[in-house]
Amino acid sequence: MFTAFLIKYAEIGVKGKNRYLFENALVQQIKYALKKCEGEFAVRKTDGRIYVDAVSEFDYDETVLALAKVFGISGICPMVYVEDEGFEKLGVTIVEYIDRVYPDKNKSFKVAARRARKNYPLNSMEMNMELGGMILEAYPQMRVDVHKPDIMLNVEVRDKIYIYSEIIPGPGGMPVGTGGKAMLLLSGGIDSPVAGWMIAKRGVKIDAVYFHAPPYTSERAKQKVVDLAKKVAAYTGPIYLHVINFTDIQLYIYDKCPHDELTIIMRRYMMRIAERIAKETDCLGLITGESIGQVASQTMHSLMATNEVCELPVYRPLIGFDKMEIVEISEKIDTYETSIQPFEDCCTIFVAKHPVTKPNLNIIRKHEHHLDGKIEELVQTALDTDEVIIVR
Amino acid sequence: MEVYLDNSATTRCFDEVAQLMYKIMCEDYGNPSSMHHKGVEAEQYLRYAKETLAKLLKVNEKEILFTSGGTESDNIALIGTAMANHRRGRHLITTRIEHPAILQPMAYLENQGFKVTYLPVDHEGRISLSDLEQAIRPDTILVSIMHTNNEIGTVEPIAEAGALIKRVNPQTLFHVDAVQGFGKFRIYPSKMQVDMLSVSGHKIHGPKGAGFLYIREGAKVSPIIYGGGQQKGMRSGTENVPGIAGLAKAAELVYENLDEDMDRMYGLREVLIQGVENIEGIRVNGCPGRQGAAHIVSLSVRGIRSEVLLHALEEKGIYVSAGSACASNKPQTSATLKAIGVGKDLLDSTIRFSISVFTTAEEIRYTIQALEETIPMLRRYVRH
Repeated sequence: MFTAFLIKYAEIGVKGKNRYLFENALVQQIKYALKKCEGEFAVRKTDGRIYVDAVSEFDYDETVLALAKVFGISGICPMVYVEDEGFEKLGVTIVEYIDRVYPDKNKSFKVAARRARKNYPLNSMEMNMELGGMILEAYPQMRVDVHKPDIMLNVEVRDKIYIYSEIIPGPGGMPVGTGGKAMLLLSGGIDSPVAGWMIAKRGVKIDAVYFHAPPYTSERAKQKVVDLAKKVAAYTGPIYLHVINFTDIQLYIYDKCPHDELTIIMRRYMMRIAERIAKETDCLGLITGESIGQVASQTMHSLMATNEVCELPVYRPLIGFDKMEIVEISEKIDTYETSIQPFEDCCTIFVAKHPVTKPNLNIIRKHEHHLDGKIEELVQTALDTDEVIIVR
Repeated sequence: MEVYLDNSATTRCFDEVAQLMYKIMCEDYGNPSSMHHKGVEAEQYLRYAKETLAKLLKVNEKEILFTSGGTESDNIALIGTAMANHRRGRHLITTRIEHPAILQPMAYLENQGFKVTYLPVDHEGRISLSDLEQAIRPDTILVSIMHTNNEIGTVEPIAEAGALIKRVNPQTLFHVDAVQGFGKFRIYPSKMQVDMLSVSGHKIHGPKGAGFLYIREGAKVSPIIYGGGQQKGMRSGTENVPGIAGLAKAAELVYENLDEDMDRMYGLREVLIQGVENIEGIRVNGCPGRQGAAHIVSLSVRGIRSEVLLHALEEKGIYVSAGSACASNKPQTSATLKAIGVGKDLLDSTIRFSISVFTTAEEIRYTIQALEETIPMLRRYVRH
């Protein structure tokens, strides 16, 4: 029965003069998301609102699911339009609407009428009272509650009359593309996809880098990362995934540096490489899934050691999260099942039994000098052989 | 150079098989149950397949039941036998080194209240006949023993076991999972006193999704799939005509030069084993010589994880299988390797090479060379 959606956006609404930029971006993102859905849609921005009108047959459930993944949307209200054929006719329509949307009538309600067209014969208060009366007459088991109604029935008199009552929550945040671009360090784990999703939610476009270490990590491990990127891309739009062959760098560090510092030095090189790609692709920051104390390389000391090699800001949205809280989000955004597939990633293949947890920066820097002979060449080769996969 | 040495996982289809199947799918695509000519034509392929397979096994055509492959054949043999015979007894016997297609249905039956005895094996993977004799009870309804082990290639004493079972308890049915053995050995169920035998098409250069179960006439087995009553109600569902015909054609071709092919494959296997025995820290699992299957070589390589060696060989175009799939966060150790006493340190360092009639001497030489180069390189970089 619904033929349109009113899109609610919370945070954009409070923007000032540049509000239109955010609204335009949201319209773009909605159009992009709807491309994947069956049916034709028109997305329009009028009266400071965004409407999605179905202009052909469409799949309601699929459309709602797609809209629920567009950052910037706080609520999706399925809506019906009726022509103004007099108030009596409107009353009949409203009574029918209630019957179809709410088969269970044991509910409280409130009518909230609004007139954009002030020449309508009744004013808002009169409309509320009259329509409420008609509903009560048709369904005596329903009751009015003006403070906390189960059903908030919105009736708006505009070019046509708009009727809606349901609000399906959206993901919130801001439309992707309004906040610049950042480079996500994507492993196959639970955390990094969640971190990317959280930053993207703030309107940031995401690209990603994955460190591949054949033959120590398998083609399936790489496929898993592509699959994860795809899940995140369902929210963020296309992701450029850079696959960097890290094996030679890793083996070289293994040869030249103390084993218990392998992970930390390796991560410093990952950050350096990620930053170089980020700068080349106009990213304004890096994103990692780190959370304080989760593993040896994520203690405050270790974070300081990996942080110091970067000039760009490193965004760590999960920094204060517990594992369970991260898992909860990963389940919500459907990356969890993919993340827990058992493939080894390049961080674990040579991990020491007891890696340093409180690396001393001076010592790390000193040991890194052991790499001076060849490391720059290896990094350059890794960058030159960067494989870019466009994930959508 | 591409060297496919994972023929125990699956094999390349013979061209002739693929061509026959293409013809059936695009021209002779009728439903064998249809009454018109197209149906009769399709039915001819089923007849051909039954005749061919029955002849190769020296059994009656009526005793061939087409299935979707090894796993389904094993499931019918185990669960079907248990359901048909549970009033007579609720005890089954198998070995510790069976394929999951046996072990998992057995676990299911244990959940349903059946008792299962798992026979141990010696360090080469063979069961002991005296263990078997002691395990058979008056209420034992089924013994299931694999012909050839899929991980290490060891061949079990099937004929001896068959004679023993029938001597101790003539009521007990004997099932053999011959998925790895069929097409490598001449197997005659009736002479070996085998009541049921599982075979899969894609291990013998036939198609995936097609296999059969030999069921001796008179053996009491219930169906586990119900429906339109095809195959005398034993396995409902429209017959997979192209798959079944392809399976039979593949079997026919495999048997054409079976003895010569096996001699040649045993030769290649010997070359591979001797080639790697020079490399330090390698253990060859299973049976030497003709007591093992011609197509399987299992190696444990000290100090290198199987997955890493597998991918390193892959970089050189050589495809093998990890003896026991294992990732850092989900160890799945192989029951077979454990049962033959492979040490903890080698369990996750075992890879399997499996050759086929397509394998050449040059490919084996190339593989040995690749191992000689790769193993010392990989041993330099290990987890501490």
